[in-house]
Amino acid sequence: MTTKLSERSDPILRVSDLQTNFATRAGIVTAVDGVSLDVYSGESLGVVGESGSGKSVTFASVMGLIKHPGKITRGSIDFLGQNILNFSEKQYQQMRGKDIAMTMQDALTALNPAFTVGDQILEVILVHDDDLSGSRRQKKQQAYQKALDMMNLVGIPSAESRMDDYPHQFSGGMRQRIMIAIALACKPRLLIADEPTTALDVTIQAQVLELIARIRKDLGMSVVLITHDLGVVSEYCDHVVVMYAGQIVESGPTAEVIKTPAHPYTRGLLSSIPSLDDLDRIIEPIPGQVPELINLPEGCRFYSRCSFATDACQKTIDMVSVAEERQVRCILKAGEY
Amino acid sequence: MNAPEKIAVTSVDANNLPEKGDVAMTDETSAPVILTVKNLVKHYDSRKGLWGRLTGKPGNLVSAVNGANLIIRQGETVGLIGESGCGKSTLGRTLLRLHEPTSGEINFNGIDIVGLSDLEMKDMRQHMQIMFQDPYASLNPRKTIEEIIGLPLKLRGELTNQEIRQHVEDIAKDVGLKVEHLNRYPHQFSGGQRQRIGIARALIMKPKFVVCDEPVSALDVSIQAQVTQLLLKLKQQYRLTYLFVSHDISVIGYISDSVAVMYLGEIVEYGPTRKILHHPQHPYTKALLSAVPRMSHKSAPADRVQLKGDLPSPLNLPSGCKFHPRCPVATERCTAEAPVTVIIQDNHQVACHLASSE
Repeated sequence: MTTKLSERSDPILRVSDLQTNFATRAGIVTAVDGVSLDVYSGESLGVVGESGSGKSVTFASVMGLIKHPGKITRGSIDFLGQNILNFSEKQYQQMRGKDIAMTMQDALTALNPAFTVGDQILEVILVHDDDLSGSRRQKKQQAYQKALDMMNLVGIPSAESRMDDYPHQFSGGMRQRIMIAIALACKPRLLIADEPTTALDVTIQAQVLELIARIRKDLGMSVVLITHDLGVVSEYCDHVVVMYAGQIVESGPTAEVIKTPAHPYTRGLLSSIPSLDDLDRIIEPIPGQVPELINLPEGCRFYSRCSFATDACQKTIDMVSVAEERQVRCILKAGEY
Repeated sequence: MNAPEKIAVTSVDANNLPEKGDVAMTDETSAPVILTVKNLVKHYDSRKGLWGRLTGKPGNLVSAVNGANLIIRQGETVGLIGESGCGKSTLGRTLLRLHEPTSGEINFNGIDIVGLSDLEMKDMRQHMQIMFQDPYASLNPRKTIEEIIGLPLKLRGELTNQEIRQHVEDIAKDVGLKVEHLNRYPHQFSGGQRQRIGIARALIMKPKFVVCDEPVSALDVSIQAQVTQLLLKLKQQYRLTYLFVSHDISVIGYISDSVAVMYLGEIVEYGPTRKILHHPQHPYTKALLSAVPRMSHKSAPADRVQLKGDLPSPLNLPSGCKFHPRCPVATERCTAEAPVTVIIQDNHQVACHLASSE
């Protein structure tokens, strides 16, 4: 499962010191501030954080989806050894859907209501798949077959007849599957799943997550799972990064982070979630709320909510290594509090 | 909708129920029953438009709630879980007659409220309140917080403006709002604070019974915990009884004394929280619980019960046991015959052919 750092090859995705800004009427909002992370081949990375923590914007930046008034102002994004930040729109189009694919949280708005789901899967294959050969008609036939295979792969019942249905004719879980089918149609190296199950019931969530895990194994694909559910991360991700107010505050192997959280925010998150395994444990909420991104404090962004804060926390704090593969943005190292 | 089930449930009488035993978190075992729901049915006629009305053709019936039975004791929190579309919100709202029940009985403090006139119901409502899921849609954007919270008192017309202001200030403090917040408008507040406003509005009439319709589902994890703790504190302080509707089973497990599991408009299992969560009897409850991702799991458990497919449409309900098309242990009997609700132990009841009394 978890491979040691030394045993892993180069990462397929390396984000270094990424900063993404949005110009608003009230001023510049830094949604992502100095995010660095690696995704290795065949691995699954969980990205955890509350709304506004910058987790979706980080990966929208990776996909080249940041448009005016947003701007990537610092850092680099290397995918398969290429700095994709310098890519032209055309190069991005060649990469998106083929090498990296992303599924959006809200499948109903992400799918085009005016086209059948069959057409929407077909489109990706016709644009990106190099294995198609022959005349245009033959290519289309091959693509149709592949689209149908994808529908079957993601477990849509009576796939052939449902190819001609429109998105609104599907349930939430089925729409999420269709989006996964579109994302996986060209067998990408990396799948970014943005809150794939947030809108779904637990029973359907289990189906969708199992599906992603199975395909990941079959295709040897890497997966980034953006979520706020630490239970999902624990079950499906090898590594985890925890984000808070635009920054990564902690990263490491999932089991270790959950067992011995190093950052007070991670600790607070873990103790604010009720557990079905221990109904007697009293949950402890984190006091206060996330600071506004437009009006961030000087030093540690968690300062005002942290029960261990000292004066020393009011200066800029960098990520430090606390153990092998484990980093934390806190001057109090694990065990010191 | 079948005869044997109806007969069986009427026999589940409040007075015949055994004591709750060692499982209650708070001691309300001997507490009086505050709400009894018998065979509650809520159907919606999906026939639409002038043509449908003119031709008088019978429309499709959406069976949202299909003979639900519940007994809620004073001071208890009953959690109601189930997938979206199972009718849990409809049940919560029908209990307050925000939707008119199609048939059945809702007995609140000894009064069958189904038969009450609108005026009588208005009086009754001060004892029965609701808090909503969406803190953005449930507050009027044109009114100040003071007006929103104080409106129920104003409508009763028994207090002066000054007295109302005093009540509003008191309750605002109790839910964690500041007095200077009262002159602001909803858009100036975060989701968590808005939910506190909604809670204050629900509690200003000092109700006895509150339906909490997914009150923490729209909130971020850390704020969710704040509001959950607040609801528990207020329950003690105001001696409330909650029906807590949620699809988040962990939150339900934390906050509830009893849990009711709903599937396609029916309560398929009902009992003390620990019995339901640790020893579920209905295959649907088992599947639901097994699907919850847990931090104690290092990977997805191999024996996780995977339900096939989605919730069937309430327009076209399956025969027999409504769960049989998705049930991993369904037998031929389940396709033909609807199960009867049986009490298997103490207060634990279940509607499944395969659940035997132990």
